[in-house]
Amino acid sequence: MVTVANRQTGRHLVRWAIPAAIVLFLLLATGGFAGPQITTRVKESVLENGLRVLLLEEHKAPVVTVHVWYRVGARNEQPGVTGLSHFLEHMMFKGTSKLGPGQFSKTVQKNGGRDNAFTSDDYTGYFETFASDRVELALELEADRMRGLLLDPKEVESEKKVVMEERRLRTDDDPVSALQEAMGAAAFQVHPYRQPVIGWMSDLQGLMREDLVRHYNTYYVPNNAVLIVVGDFNSGELLPKIRHHFGGIPRGQEPPRVRAVEPVQRGERRLVLRKEAELPFVYMGYHVPDLKHPDNFALEVLAYILSGGKSARIYKRVVYEKQLALFAGGGYDRESIDPNLFYFYASVMPEKTAREVEQALTAEIERLKSEPVPDRELEKAKNQIEAGFLFGQDSVFNLARQLAEYEIVAGWRVWEAYVPGIRAVKADDLQRVAKAYLTPDSRTVAVLIPTKTER
Amino acid sequence: MCLRQSVGWLILIFVLLPVLVAAAPLAERQALESGLTLLVASRRALPIVTIRVTVQAGSLWEPEGRAGLAYLTASLLTRGTTSRTAAQIDEAVDFIGASLSSGADRDSSDLDLTVLKKDLPIGLELLADVLLHPAFQEGEIARKVREIKAALRKRQEDPGEVALEAFNELVFGRHPYGRPLEGTDASLSAITRNDIVRFYRDYYTPERTIITVVGDVESKEIAGQLRALLKPWPKGTVTVERAGQPNPLQGGALVKKIDRSVTQASIILGHQGMRRDNPDFYAVTVMNYILGGGGSSSRLVERIREQKGWAYDVHSYFYPGLERGAFQVGLQTKNENAGPAVGEVLREVRRIRDQGVTDQELADAKAYLTGSFPLRLDTNSKLAGLISTVEYYKLGLDYADRYRTLIEAITKEEILRVARAYLTPDRYVLVVVADQARASLPE
Repeated sequence: MVTVANRQTGRHLVRWAIPAAIVLFLLLATGGFAGPQITTRVKESVLENGLRVLLLEEHKAPVVTVHVWYRVGARNEQPGVTGLSHFLEHMMFKGTSKLGPGQFSKTVQKNGGRDNAFTSDDYTGYFETFASDRVELALELEADRMRGLLLDPKEVESEKKVVMEERRLRTDDDPVSALQEAMGAAAFQVHPYRQPVIGWMSDLQGLMREDLVRHYNTYYVPNNAVLIVVGDFNSGELLPKIRHHFGGIPRGQEPPRVRAVEPVQRGERRLVLRKEAELPFVYMGYHVPDLKHPDNFALEVLAYILSGGKSARIYKRVVYEKQLALFAGGGYDRESIDPNLFYFYASVMPEKTAREVEQALTAEIERLKSEPVPDRELEKAKNQIEAGFLFGQDSVFNLARQLAEYEIVAGWRVWEAYVPGIRAVKADDLQRVAKAYLTPDSRTVAVLIPTKTER
Repeated sequence: MCLRQSVGWLILIFVLLPVLVAAAPLAERQALESGLTLLVASRRALPIVTIRVTVQAGSLWEPEGRAGLAYLTASLLTRGTTSRTAAQIDEAVDFIGASLSSGADRDSSDLDLTVLKKDLPIGLELLADVLLHPAFQEGEIARKVREIKAALRKRQEDPGEVALEAFNELVFGRHPYGRPLEGTDASLSAITRNDIVRFYRDYYTPERTIITVVGDVESKEIAGQLRALLKPWPKGTVTVERAGQPNPLQGGALVKKIDRSVTQASIILGHQGMRRDNPDFYAVTVMNYILGGGGSSSRLVERIREQKGWAYDVHSYFYPGLERGAFQVGLQTKNENAGPAVGEVLREVRRIRDQGVTDQELADAKAYLTGSFPLRLDTNSKLAGLISTVEYYKLGLDYADRYRTLIEAITKEEILRVARAYLTPDRYVLVVVADQARASLPE
């Protein structure tokens, strides 16, 4: 019943409202890792046009999931045209020269499959999951829309209204999402991570077909994409089919690099959002390095020490013992192309104040700096991460998603370093990274102050 | 909008190939001496185990004036036993990287464990302890009640939740299906520890319980372990009662407008639907897929999202239970579109009642519903969920095969019949949470 905000909340937009179980899954399954037994079974190829192909056979259930992810997201957008990647994601379902608008998903469904797509800061991903005998259909459909999109002006205008409704639903009428958006825009001043994935409403209004065409032609080329297939198939048989469907697509120009670098933050930033709501909410974000930095493992373990379950420090102290928050936690945006945030959140209990909650969260952070984490607590966090890894392998969808995300943010082989990296973390590493990164000067604190309109 | 039907380039053989669905039963069933039902499905690909305990103790069994009792009781299971505090349970669960959670729904309560195979003995020990020996300590009750009250208040921030609460109340009245599962401020304040202890004693009994185990286990071995751990669990001694069927809606449209400072109207339109044991469930499933259950293949999405651009999400569903659950259409659209959107919803509901569906729509719906069945059991937790549902609603462990046969058999005539029987566009509840000054709703 209690909503748990998590690392991808609001930064990860899915085209359809999907069942709660899947949403939870998307939110929770991001931190897992794969040991050698998974990554050694991945077969990698690169087609002549630059399309990278990762195949992973998993025969435990008669299903296959096909993912095509493009290396483009809000990170690649300019001020004034935010929301473009996500809007284009919607348009990918609205017709190609071969397939009419709306026919993509209908074709998938009438073959017993499910499809969807999502856009984040760093990527735009598409997938189809089928019973294993339909895998080639997914290849055919994805190859067709990689270069064959129509972007019919009438469909563009109609879908723009849908995206604006999506923004109203997810952000404008949801005070916690609105707060998160405001915090991102304050924590980042230079880097495009400051921009919401769905785009500012005023930008959405102005987006034109020409913007979409330019974005599509720049980023939807095989050399900027990765194709991942996980499930019940035979790689030797599938690869020729992949070549058949995708091989003829010409390589495009290399898309422009994102050059923005967020400067070091020198001093705490604070902001307040006043909005109709029932309970105050606190968000805090600290600038931290991403998974390409050696400190990422210690930061990841730190996230579990603070927020991995009900025995973790934040729940135990702030929610259970002090009863200051209805729910609270923290997380580390580790899988990110550029450095992102280590964040904390809490929904303030009635009769309590945002200030008390902020102080309690800060006290937990300070304690990490002054006292070493006991051995057993460190072992618990590692056990949780290790178990989460195995649970995460139960779903072919999740495996494909992990591979794709790793491939896009750092190269899929980086996944291999995770197990040994986590296992090597020591208590003094935790103390050191807490002191180095969780400093008041590098944080942004955002507070939702509820207002009540008399109606 | 002009839809291009040129799908001939797609390899037609895909449509014709049969999809393999497991012919074996979903699980192995054993009845233990205590009356408990145990279902085991061995899945040995990964060293993990998922267990779901389902108890006939949903809100349907709550006494009058004690709304929220089932949810509160279930939530408190993991909040301390006669030998472990809540903090000790949390610590033990987290230390082995497992998850152990409990909750109630309207028809049942559930306790879920996910654990590594190597830690299964510890996991089972914890599961049995919280199931058999919950302490219901006063301090934990007070804490949980405060939490639920705060969560109920926070839920008022979500226009969709506000709409749903009002909708259920109008559709089901005082029936348990009509009230929030978590209860209300007043009902929660009225619940005593004695109510909780009695509810637990009367309903949490082995003959009212199904345990489903999926994962890296061997059927005999897990049965032996559970039998030993659950031995002290006494059978029930009292005759239990639950709420019967909800009173039907009166005629006409019942409209409720709720005013909020929002940019978007949250709309729910619907009425009572059907029970899960109704043989028309399968025809209704196909009919609703075409109307609004089938995502982008549905008429409501085609009309309201694809053609009009009015909504990101529009859907319809039946929510059948032990009693008649709801049929509802839900959507969100900017305040100004609220009136016209409701008009379109009613138009589509009337159209499917008047004209039925086309051969193509029927064939596509069947192809999806049968073809996607393997996707409903491709993980341990999905499989455990499906097996418990199948057992709880007595659908038979050959459900995977039977589902296919039942769906394949549905005809256009049956779709028309069930559309007319289970959709009532002249007798419905409409709830609109919106900035009413902007929403163009007819009086």
